[in-house]
Amino acid sequence: MDTKKMAIIATKGTLDWAYPPFILASTAAALGYETQIFFTFYGLQLVRKDLSGLKVSPLGNPGMPMKMPFGPKWFKSINWNMPNAIQSLVPGYENVATSLMKMTIANNGVATIPDLRGLCQEAEVKFLACQMTVELFGFEHSDFIDGLEYGGAATFFEFAGETDICLFI
Amino acid sequence: MNFDKELDARGLNCPLPILRAKKALAEVGSGQVLKILSTDPGSVKDFAAFAKQTGNELLSTAEAGGEFTFFMKKK
Repeated sequence: MDTKKMAIIATKGTLDWAYPPFILASTAAALGYETQIFFTFYGLQLVRKDLSGLKVSPLGNPGMPMKMPFGPKWFKSINWNMPNAIQSLVPGYENVATSLMKMTIANNGVATIPDLRGLCQEAEVKFLACQMTVELFGFEHSDFIDGLEYGGAATFFEFAGETDICLFI
Repeated sequence: MNFDKELDARGLNCPLPILRAKKALAEVGSGQVLKILSTDPGSVKDFAAFAKQTGNELLSTAEAGGEFTFFMKKK
């Protein structure tokens, strides 16, 4: 039987949206898929050497619950969603929300993004970065982890055209 | 049930139990049995799907007090 293949286009650069590509890619690799992720536009943030800049963006995101990762159960279940106007005025709101999200992630036994990315690399998931966006955003290759390949849409299609699953995230 | 290796994936959430199991299976020989402990309710369906897709045999699934025990035989 031919090896199954999956390709993912990762276009988002926030902490929450970093999860789907790495979770799906690492799992696919564990299931025996040959897997590739094409990082383009804000998705490039996910292959930077330093991932500490990844944040959640609660502003204008009504789907994101804002819950406290500590305290008794009744306290944890309160949803602290704030109106956009207040979120935009409070300095550091994103940083606080990100810290709380990271605590919640740890409390739930969910892997960190550096861990998941490492698991993908261990499982030989191929990482392809969009050279055009690297230049567009003024990045240097030295900003990114080793083992990245750089290419464009045509390079992506070379693999994507043969896949069983192809996802845009 | 007899087993050759045990994996404690309790407290870990999707997809870590599957990823750890994949790794642990690589460390046992063909026909050997891996025992997996998990607390992730999603892992019940996930291990069944993992077995089906990888050809490893899920010998049994059991639940007791929020803890799941799987026995998986390597292909």
